[in-house]
Amino acid sequence: MTAADVFKAPGLLLLAALLQVSVLWTIEVSNGHPDLLLVLVVVLALVRGPLLGSVAGFSAGLFLDVATFSTLGISSLLLTLVGYWSGRLGSIMSKSSPHPSLIAVGLATIAVALGSAFLHFVLGSTVGASELLGRVLLPTLVLNLLLAYPVHRLVCRLFPRTTRAAREVIVAG
Amino acid sequence: MALVLVSLALITVYFRESSGGTLHSAQRIGVSILTPFEVAGERVSRPFRDAYGWTADLVGAKSDNERLREEVEALRTQVIQNETAAEENKRLQKMLNYIGGSRYPVGFTAVPTQVIQKPPNPYAQQILVHAGTSNGVKIYDPVVTQEGLVGIVTDVTSGTAQVRLLTDQASAVSAEVLGTGASGIVARGPSDSSTLVLNRVPKDEVVTEGDLVITSGWQSGPLTSLYPKGIPIGKVSGVSRRDVDLYTRIQVTPLVDFGSLDDVIVLTAGDANKP
Repeated sequence: MTAADVFKAPGLLLLAALLQVSVLWTIEVSNGHPDLLLVLVVVLALVRGPLLGSVAGFSAGLFLDVATFSTLGISSLLLTLVGYWSGRLGSIMSKSSPHPSLIAVGLATIAVALGSAFLHFVLGSTVGASELLGRVLLPTLVLNLLLAYPVHRLVCRLFPRTTRAAREVIVAG
Repeated sequence: MALVLVSLALITVYFRESSGGTLHSAQRIGVSILTPFEVAGERVSRPFRDAYGWTADLVGAKSDNERLREEVEALRTQVIQNETAAEENKRLQKMLNYIGGSRYPVGFTAVPTQVIQKPPNPYAQQILVHAGTSNGVKIYDPVVTQEGLVGIVTDVTSGTAQVRLLTDQASAVSAEVLGTGASGIVARGPSDSSTLVLNRVPKDEVVTEGDLVITSGWQSGPLTSLYPKGIPIGKVSGVSRRDVDLYTRIQVTPLVDFGSLDDVIVLTAGDANKP
Protein backbone atom coordinates (compact mmCIF):
# COMPACT_ATOMS: atom_id res chain seq x y z
CA MET A 1 0.00 0.00 0.00
CA THR A 2 1.41 3.41 -1.00
CA ALA A 3 0.77 6.86 0.42
CA ALA A 4 -1.30 7.74 -2.65
CA ASP A 5 -3.52 4.73 -1.97
CA VAL A 6 -4.55 6.27 1.35
CA PHE A 7 -6.22 9.14 -0.54
CA LYS A 8 -7.36 7.38 -3.68
CA ALA A 9 -8.99 4.34 -2.11
CA PRO A 10 -11.40 6.23 0.21
CA GLY A 11 -12.38 8.57 -2.63
CA LEU A 12 -13.09 5.70 -4.96
CA LEU A 13 -15.02 3.81 -2.28
CA LEU A 14 -17.12 6.86 -1.41
CA LEU A 15 -17.97 7.43 -5.05
CA ALA A 16 -18.90 3.79 -5.51
CA ALA A 17 -20.97 3.79 -2.33
CA LEU A 18 -22.98 6.83 -3.43
CA LEU A 19 -23.49 5.26 -6.84
CA GLN A 20 -24.59 2.05 -5.18
CA VAL A 21 -27.24 3.56 -2.90
CA SER A 22 -28.54 6.15 -5.34
CA VAL A 23 -28.53 4.38 -8.70
CA LEU A 24 -27.52 0.74 -8.63
CA TRP A 25 -30.15 -0.32 -6.11
CA THR A 26 -32.81 0.88 -8.50
CA ILE A 27 -31.53 -1.57 -11.11
CA GLU A 28 -33.30 -4.81 -10.36
CA VAL A 29 -33.05 -8.08 -12.24
CA SER A 30 -35.43 -10.57 -10.63
CA ASN A 31 -34.66 -9.62 -6.99
CA GLY A 32 -30.93 -9.12 -7.51
CA HIS A 33 -28.97 -5.88 -7.73
CA PRO A 34 -25.45 -5.20 -9.01
CA ASP A 35 -23.18 -4.86 -5.98
CA LEU A 36 -20.50 -2.43 -7.11
CA LEU A 37 -19.12 -1.95 -3.59
CA LEU A 38 -18.53 -5.65 -3.12
CA VAL A 39 -16.82 -5.90 -6.50
CA LEU A 40 -14.66 -2.85 -5.75
CA VAL A 41 -13.61 -4.16 -2.33
CA VAL A 42 -12.66 -7.52 -3.85
CA VAL A 43 -10.66 -5.98 -6.69
CA LEU A 44 -8.93 -3.45 -4.41
CA ALA A 45 -7.96 -6.28 -2.09
CA LEU A 46 -6.65 -8.36 -4.98
CA VAL A 47 -4.51 -5.50 -6.21
CA ARG A 48 -3.35 -4.03 -2.90
CA GLY A 49 -3.51 -6.86 -0.39
CA PRO A 50 -5.48 -7.93 2.68
CA LEU A 51 -4.84 -4.84 4.83
CA LEU A 52 -6.37 -2.37 2.39
CA GLY A 53 -8.98 -4.97 1.48
CA SER A 54 -10.23 -5.44 5.02
CA VAL A 55 -10.19 -1.71 5.85
CA ALA A 56 -12.01 -0.93 2.60
CA GLY A 57 -14.50 -3.72 3.30
CA PHE A 58 -15.21 -2.49 6.80
CA SER A 59 -15.70 1.13 5.67
CA ALA A 60 -17.90 0.16 2.73
CA GLY A 61 -19.99 -2.17 4.87
CA LEU A 62 -20.52 0.46 7.54
CA PHE A 63 -21.61 2.94 4.89
CA LEU A 64 -24.13 0.45 3.49
CA ASP A 65 -25.53 -0.39 6.92
CA VAL A 66 -26.02 3.28 7.72
CA ALA A 67 -27.49 4.15 4.34
CA THR A 68 -30.01 1.31 4.37
CA PHE A 69 -31.16 1.58 8.01
CA SER A 70 -29.93 -2.02 8.42
CA THR A 71 -28.45 -3.59 11.53
CA LEU A 72 -25.07 -1.92 11.94
CA GLY A 73 -22.15 -4.29 11.60
CA ILE A 74 -23.56 -7.00 9.36
CA SER A 75 -22.29 -5.67 6.03
CA SER A 76 -19.07 -4.39 7.60
CA LEU A 77 -18.34 -7.82 9.08
CA LEU A 78 -19.01 -9.62 5.80
CA LEU A 79 -17.11 -7.15 3.63
CA THR A 80 -14.17 -7.04 6.07
CA LEU A 81 -13.81 -10.81 5.78
CA VAL A 82 -14.29 -10.69 2.02
CA GLY A 83 -11.64 -7.95 1.71
CA TYR A 84 -9.19 -9.87 3.82
CA TRP A 85 -9.59 -13.18 2.03
CA SER A 86 -9.56 -11.53 -1.39
CA GLY A 87 -6.28 -9.88 -0.44
CA ARG A 88 -4.88 -13.23 0.58
CA LEU A 89 -6.13 -14.73 -2.67
CA GLY A 90 -4.52 -11.90 -4.63
CA SER A 91 -1.14 -12.56 -3.06
CA ILE A 92 -1.08 -16.12 -4.37
CA MET A 93 -2.55 -15.41 -7.83
CA SER A 94 -1.34 -13.41 -10.79
CA LYS A 95 -2.35 -9.74 -10.47
CA SER A 96 -2.13 -8.90 -14.16
CA SER A 97 -4.90 -11.20 -15.36
CA PRO A 98 -8.59 -10.33 -14.96
CA HIS A 99 -9.42 -13.95 -14.20
CA PRO A 100 -8.52 -13.82 -10.49
CA SER A 101 -10.98 -10.96 -10.10
CA LEU A 102 -13.72 -12.93 -11.82
CA ILE A 103 -13.09 -15.93 -9.58
CA ALA A 104 -12.79 -13.79 -6.46
CA VAL A 105 -15.90 -11.72 -7.25
CA GLY A 106 -17.90 -14.88 -7.90
CA LEU A 107 -16.76 -16.53 -4.68
CA ALA A 108 -17.23 -13.31 -2.71
CA THR A 109 -20.79 -12.83 -3.99
CA ILE A 110 -21.73 -16.36 -2.96
CA ALA A 111 -19.95 -16.01 0.39
CA VAL A 112 -21.64 -12.69 1.19
CA ALA A 113 -25.08 -14.04 0.25
CA LEU A 114 -24.65 -17.15 2.41
CA GLY A 115 -22.99 -15.21 5.23
CA SER A 116 -25.75 -12.64 5.16
CA ALA A 117 -28.36 -15.41 5.24
CA PHE A 118 -26.63 -16.95 8.26
CA LEU A 119 -26.30 -13.67 10.19
CA HIS A 120 -29.91 -12.69 9.48
CA PHE A 121 -31.02 -16.17 10.52
CA VAL A 122 -29.15 -15.74 13.80
CA LEU A 123 -30.84 -12.37 14.29
CA GLY A 124 -34.29 -13.81 13.54
CA SER A 125 -34.92 -12.96 9.87
CA THR A 126 -35.15 -15.69 7.30
CA VAL A 127 -35.82 -15.96 3.62
CA GLY A 128 -36.72 -19.01 1.54
CA ALA A 129 -33.82 -20.92 0.04
CA SER A 130 -35.37 -20.88 -3.43
CA GLU A 131 -35.84 -17.10 -3.30
CA LEU A 132 -32.32 -16.55 -1.98
CA LEU A 133 -30.62 -18.81 -4.52
CA GLY A 134 -32.81 -18.36 -7.59
CA ARG A 135 -34.14 -14.83 -7.39
CA VAL A 136 -31.39 -13.04 -5.48
CA LEU A 137 -28.05 -14.80 -5.61
CA LEU A 138 -28.09 -15.93 -9.24
CA PRO A 139 -28.92 -12.54 -10.82
CA THR A 140 -26.60 -10.74 -8.39
CA LEU A 141 -23.81 -13.14 -9.27
CA VAL A 142 -24.26 -12.53 -12.99
CA LEU A 143 -24.43 -8.75 -12.56
CA ASN A 144 -21.35 -8.71 -10.31
CA LEU A 145 -19.37 -10.83 -12.76
CA LEU A 146 -20.29 -8.36 -15.49
CA LEU A 147 -18.92 -5.57 -13.31
CA ALA A 148 -15.75 -7.43 -12.33
CA TYR A 149 -13.72 -6.89 -15.49
CA PRO A 150 -14.33 -3.13 -15.98
CA VAL A 151 -13.80 -2.49 -12.27
CA HIS A 152 -10.59 -4.50 -12.40
CA ARG A 153 -9.37 -2.41 -15.34
CA LEU A 154 -10.26 0.82 -13.56
CA VAL A 155 -8.54 -0.18 -10.32
CA CYS A 156 -5.42 -1.33 -12.18
CA ARG A 157 -5.23 2.10 -13.86
CA LEU A 158 -5.76 4.01 -10.63
CA PHE A 159 -3.54 1.76 -8.53
CA PRO A 160 -0.54 0.88 -10.73
CA ARG A 161 1.65 -1.97 -9.67
CA THR A 162 4.52 -1.05 -7.33
CA THR A 163 5.99 -4.50 -6.91
CA ARG A 164 9.39 -5.20 -5.50
CA ALA A 165 10.50 -6.48 -8.90
CA ALA A 166 9.52 -3.22 -10.58
CA ARG A 167 11.38 -1.19 -7.97
CA GLU A 168 14.43 -3.40 -8.34
CA VAL A 169 14.45 -2.78 -12.10
CA ILE A 170 14.33 0.96 -11.50
CA VAL A 171 17.14 0.83 -8.90
CA ALA A 172 19.31 -1.46 -11.02
CA GLY A 173 18.66 0.54 -14.17
CA MET B 1 -9.18 -9.16 13.42
CA ALA B 2 -9.84 -5.84 15.15
CA LEU B 3 -12.30 -4.82 12.43
CA VAL B 4 -14.12 -8.13 12.74
CA LEU B 5 -14.42 -7.60 16.49
CA VAL B 6 -15.65 -4.05 15.95
CA SER B 7 -18.26 -5.34 13.49
CA LEU B 8 -19.44 -8.00 15.92
CA ALA B 9 -19.62 -5.40 18.69
CA LEU B 10 -21.66 -3.12 16.43
CA ILE B 11 -24.11 -5.91 15.61
CA THR B 12 -24.50 -6.82 19.27
CA VAL B 13 -24.95 -3.28 20.57
CA TYR B 14 -27.23 -2.23 17.69
CA PHE B 15 -29.42 -5.28 18.04
CA ARG B 16 -29.78 -4.92 21.81
CA GLU B 17 -30.23 -1.17 22.15
CA SER B 18 -33.58 0.60 21.77
CA SER B 19 -34.48 2.63 18.70
CA GLY B 20 -33.46 5.76 20.63
CA GLY B 21 -29.98 4.40 21.36
CA THR B 22 -26.68 5.95 20.36
CA LEU B 23 -26.07 3.81 17.28
CA HIS B 24 -29.61 4.26 16.00
CA SER B 25 -29.32 8.02 16.47
CA ALA B 26 -25.97 8.08 14.68
CA GLN B 27 -27.50 6.04 11.88
CA ARG B 28 -30.35 8.51 11.51
CA ILE B 29 -27.84 11.36 11.22
CA GLY B 30 -25.97 9.36 8.59
CA VAL B 31 -29.15 8.75 6.64
CA SER B 32 -30.01 12.46 6.80
CA ILE B 33 -26.60 13.30 5.36
CA LEU B 34 -26.95 10.75 2.56
CA THR B 35 -30.52 11.62 1.64
CA PRO B 36 -29.70 14.48 -0.77
CA PHE B 37 -27.35 12.20 -2.71
CA GLU B 38 -29.95 9.45 -2.89
CA VAL B 39 -32.63 11.88 -4.01
CA ALA B 40 -30.31 13.27 -6.68
CA GLY B 41 -29.43 9.79 -7.88
CA GLU B 42 -33.08 8.77 -7.94
CA ARG B 43 -33.98 11.83 -9.99
CA VAL B 44 -31.15 11.24 -12.43
CA SER B 45 -32.03 7.59 -12.93
CA ARG B 46 -35.81 7.98 -12.98
CA PRO B 47 -36.06 9.27 -16.60
CA PHE B 48 -34.09 6.27 -17.79
CA ARG B 49 -36.28 3.87 -15.83
CA ASP B 50 -39.41 5.64 -17.01
CA ALA B 51 -38.20 5.43 -20.61
CA TYR B 52 -37.57 1.73 -20.20
CA GLY B 53 -41.00 1.22 -18.64
CA TRP B 54 -42.69 3.22 -21.36
CA THR B 55 -41.04 1.21 -24.10
CA ALA B 56 -41.94 -2.04 -22.41
CA ASP B 57 -45.54 -0.93 -22.01
CA LEU B 58 -45.68 0.18 -25.62
CA VAL B 59 -44.81 -3.29 -26.78
CA GLY B 60 -47.72 -4.65 -24.76
CA ALA B 61 -50.37 -2.29 -26.19
CA LYS B 62 -49.82 0.42 -23.65
CA SER B 63 -52.86 2.53 -24.28
CA ASP B 64 -55.41 -0.28 -24.01
CA ASN B 65 -53.70 -1.61 -20.97
CA GLU B 66 -53.71 1.79 -19.30
CA ARG B 67 -57.37 2.49 -20.04
CA LEU B 68 -58.49 -0.91 -18.79
CA ARG B 69 -56.35 -0.61 -15.71
CA GLU B 70 -57.93 2.73 -14.82
CA GLU B 71 -61.38 1.33 -15.44
CA VAL B 72 -60.74 -1.68 -13.24
CA GLU B 73 -59.28 0.59 -10.58
CA ALA B 74 -62.36 2.83 -10.63
CA LEU B 75 -64.74 -0.13 -10.46
CA ARG B 76 -62.74 -1.76 -7.70
CA THR B 77 -62.85 1.43 -5.66
CA GLN B 78 -66.59 1.72 -6.28
CA VAL B 79 -67.19 -1.88 -5.18
CA ILE B 80 -65.17 -1.39 -2.03
CA GLN B 81 -66.99 1.81 -1.15
CA ASN B 82 -70.42 0.32 -1.83
CA GLU B 83 -69.88 -2.96 -0.05
CA THR B 84 -68.08 -1.41 2.90
CA ALA B 85 -70.82 1.17 3.31
CA ALA B 86 -73.54 -1.49 3.06
CA GLU B 87 -71.78 -3.69 5.58
CA GLU B 88 -71.38 -0.77 7.89
CA ASN B 89 -75.05 0.12 7.65
CA LYS B 90 -76.07 -3.38 8.70
CA ARG B 91 -73.77 -3.36 11.68
CA LEU B 92 -74.96 0.08 12.74
CA GLN B 93 -78.58 -1.09 12.66
CA LYS B 94 -77.82 -4.26 14.63
CA MET B 95 -75.57 -2.78 17.24
CA LEU B 96 -77.55 0.44 17.78
CA ASN B 97 -75.22 2.92 19.38
CA TYR B 98 -72.21 0.58 19.49
CA ILE B 99 -70.85 2.43 16.53
CA GLY B 100 -71.76 6.05 16.71
CA GLY B 101 -70.63 7.13 13.30
CA SER B 102 -68.81 6.23 10.16
CA ARG B 103 -66.19 3.52 10.45
CA TYR B 104 -63.97 5.21 7.95
CA PRO B 105 -61.08 6.75 9.82
CA VAL B 106 -61.25 10.49 10.13
CA GLY B 107 -58.43 12.95 10.40
CA PHE B 108 -56.03 11.23 8.04
CA THR B 109 -54.07 13.57 5.81
CA ALA B 110 -52.34 12.34 2.67
CA VAL B 111 -48.63 13.06 2.23
CA PRO B 112 -47.64 12.01 -1.31
CA THR B 113 -43.97 11.16 -1.57
CA GLN B 114 -41.37 9.35 -3.61
CA VAL B 115 -39.54 6.14 -2.86
CA ILE B 116 -35.83 6.94 -2.71
CA GLN B 117 -34.55 3.54 -1.67
CA LYS B 118 -35.85 0.10 -2.56
CA PRO B 119 -35.48 -2.95 -0.29
CA PRO B 120 -31.69 -3.40 -0.04
CA ASN B 121 -31.90 -7.15 0.51
CA PRO B 122 -34.54 -9.89 0.80
CA TYR B 123 -34.37 -9.90 4.61
CA ALA B 124 -35.24 -6.26 5.10
CA GLN B 125 -38.49 -5.67 3.22
CA GLN B 126 -38.37 -1.96 3.83
CA ILE B 127 -38.12 1.19 1.74
CA LEU B 128 -37.04 4.75 2.36
CA VAL B 129 -39.37 7.57 1.31
CA HIS B 130 -38.63 11.25 0.86
CA ALA B 131 -40.92 12.60 3.57
CA GLY B 132 -40.23 12.94 7.26
CA THR B 133 -41.15 14.78 10.41
CA SER B 134 -40.96 18.10 8.54
CA ASN B 135 -43.94 16.86 6.46
CA GLY B 136 -45.85 15.70 9.51
CA VAL B 137 -44.93 12.04 9.11
CA LYS B 138 -44.71 10.04 12.33
CA ILE B 139 -43.83 6.50 13.29
CA TYR B 140 -46.73 4.06 12.71
CA ASP B 141 -48.30 6.14 9.94
CA PRO B 142 -49.78 3.79 7.31
CA VAL B 143 -48.46 3.99 3.76
CA VAL B 144 -50.59 3.26 0.70
CA THR B 145 -50.73 3.61 -3.06
CA GLN B 146 -53.82 3.95 -5.21
CA GLU B 147 -53.70 0.16 -5.57
CA GLY B 148 -53.67 -0.72 -1.89
CA LEU B 149 -51.77 -0.99 1.35
CA VAL B 150 -47.97 -0.76 1.20
CA GLY B 151 -46.86 -0.83 4.85
CA ILE B 152 -46.20 1.31 7.87
CA VAL B 153 -43.64 3.91 8.91
CA THR B 154 -41.18 2.40 11.39
CA ASP B 155 -38.53 5.09 11.66
CA VAL B 156 -38.39 8.71 10.69
CA THR B 157 -35.91 11.56 10.30
CA SER B 158 -36.64 15.14 9.37
CA GLY B 159 -36.62 14.42 5.64
CA THR B 160 -37.01 10.66 5.29
CA ALA B 161 -39.09 7.84 6.66
CA GLN B 162 -38.40 4.14 6.75
CA VAL B 163 -41.41 2.11 5.68
CA ARG B 164 -41.79 -1.54 6.62
CA LEU B 165 -43.51 -3.26 3.73
CA LEU B 166 -46.43 -5.62 4.10
CA THR B 167 -44.12 -8.36 2.84
CA ASP B 168 -41.74 -8.01 5.79
CA GLN B 169 -41.69 -10.83 8.33
CA ALA B 170 -42.49 -8.39 11.11
CA SER B 171 -45.62 -7.02 9.41
CA ALA B 172 -49.09 -8.08 10.52
CA VAL B 173 -52.33 -6.38 9.53
CA SER B 174 -55.86 -7.03 10.72
CA ALA B 175 -57.89 -7.71 7.62
CA GLU B 176 -61.21 -9.01 6.40
CA VAL B 177 -62.51 -10.58 3.24
CA LEU B 178 -64.86 -8.11 1.62
CA GLY B 179 -68.46 -9.23 1.49
CA THR B 180 -68.00 -12.33 3.66
CA GLY B 181 -67.25 -10.96 7.10
CA ALA B 182 -64.32 -13.37 7.46
CA SER B 183 -61.49 -11.66 9.27
CA GLY B 184 -57.96 -12.53 10.28
CA ILE B 185 -54.41 -11.31 10.19
CA VAL B 186 -52.47 -10.78 7.00
CA ALA B 187 -48.78 -11.58 7.21
CA ARG B 188 -45.95 -12.57 4.89
CA GLY B 189 -46.21 -16.04 3.38
CA PRO B 190 -43.78 -18.70 4.55
CA SER B 191 -42.08 -19.31 1.23
CA ASP B 192 -41.34 -15.97 -0.37
CA SER B 193 -42.15 -12.28 -0.23
CA SER B 194 -44.47 -12.24 -3.25
CA THR B 195 -47.44 -13.79 -1.45
CA LEU B 196 -49.25 -13.05 1.79
CA VAL B 197 -51.25 -15.27 4.09
CA LEU B 198 -54.51 -14.43 5.87
CA ASN B 199 -54.33 -16.35 9.12
CA ARG B 200 -56.78 -17.04 11.94
CA VAL B 201 -59.92 -17.17 9.82
CA PRO B 202 -62.52 -19.54 11.37
CA LYS B 203 -63.24 -22.63 9.31
CA ASP B 204 -66.95 -21.91 9.00
CA GLU B 205 -66.31 -18.75 7.00
CA VAL B 206 -66.89 -19.13 3.29
CA VAL B 207 -64.06 -17.60 1.30
CA THR B 208 -63.45 -18.17 -2.37
CA GLU B 209 -60.64 -17.41 -4.76
CA GLY B 210 -60.79 -13.91 -6.18
CA ASP B 211 -62.37 -12.35 -3.07
CA LEU B 212 -60.91 -9.01 -2.10
CA VAL B 213 -59.07 -8.66 1.21
CA ILE B 214 -59.13 -5.23 2.88
CA THR B 215 -57.93 -3.76 6.16
CA SER B 216 -60.46 -4.26 8.93
CA GLY B 217 -59.49 -1.17 10.94
CA TRP B 218 -60.53 -2.57 14.31
CA GLN B 219 -61.14 -0.62 17.50
CA SER B 220 -60.87 -2.00 21.03
CA GLY B 221 -61.51 0.48 23.81
CA PRO B 222 -59.01 3.30 23.56
CA LEU B 223 -56.88 1.32 21.12
CA THR B 224 -57.40 1.59 17.39
CA SER B 225 -55.77 -0.16 14.49
CA LEU B 226 -52.89 1.62 12.88
CA TYR B 227 -54.57 1.16 9.50
CA PRO B 228 -57.77 2.85 8.32
CA LYS B 229 -60.62 0.56 7.37
CA GLY B 230 -61.21 -0.39 3.77
CA ILE B 231 -57.72 -0.20 2.26
CA PRO B 232 -57.37 -3.02 -0.30
CA ILE B 233 -54.60 -5.48 0.47
CA GLY B 234 -54.90 -8.26 -2.07
CA LYS B 235 -56.99 -10.94 -3.68
CA VAL B 236 -57.57 -14.43 -2.36
CA SER B 237 -55.52 -16.78 -4.52
CA GLY B 238 -55.87 -19.99 -2.53
CA VAL B 239 -57.91 -21.43 0.35
CA SER B 240 -56.79 -24.38 2.46
CA ARG B 241 -58.98 -26.14 5.07
CA ARG B 242 -57.08 -29.07 6.52
CA ASP B 243 -58.56 -31.22 9.26
CA VAL B 244 -55.52 -30.75 11.48
CA ASP B 245 -55.66 -26.95 11.27
CA LEU B 246 -57.72 -24.86 13.67
CA TYR B 247 -58.24 -22.13 11.11
CA THR B 248 -58.69 -21.73 7.39
CA ARG B 249 -55.43 -20.78 5.74
CA ILE B 250 -55.91 -18.24 2.95
CA GLN B 251 -53.26 -17.27 0.45
CA VAL B 252 -53.46 -13.65 -0.67
CA THR B 253 -51.79 -12.11 -3.72
CA PRO B 254 -51.06 -8.46 -2.93
CA LEU B 255 -52.54 -5.79 -5.20
CA VAL B 256 -49.47 -3.61 -4.81
CA ASP B 257 -46.45 -4.51 -6.90
CA PHE B 258 -43.80 -4.13 -4.22
CA GLY B 259 -41.04 -4.52 -6.78
CA SER B 260 -41.90 -1.34 -8.65
CA LEU B 261 -42.91 1.15 -6.00
CA ASP B 262 -42.09 4.68 -7.08
CA ASP B 263 -44.69 6.95 -5.50
CA VAL B 264 -46.55 6.29 -2.28
CA ILE B 265 -48.88 8.16 0.05
CA VAL B 266 -48.26 8.40 3.78
CA LEU B 267 -51.49 8.76 5.78
CA THR B 268 -50.74 11.01 8.70
CA ALA B 269 -53.10 11.17 11.64
CA GLY B 270 -53.39 12.78 15.06
CA ASP B 271 -51.73 11.29 18.12
CA ALA B 272 -55.03 9.79 19.17
CA ASN B 273 -54.59 7.08 16.58
CA LYS B 274 -51.16 6.07 17.85
CA PRO B 275 -50.43 3.33 20.37
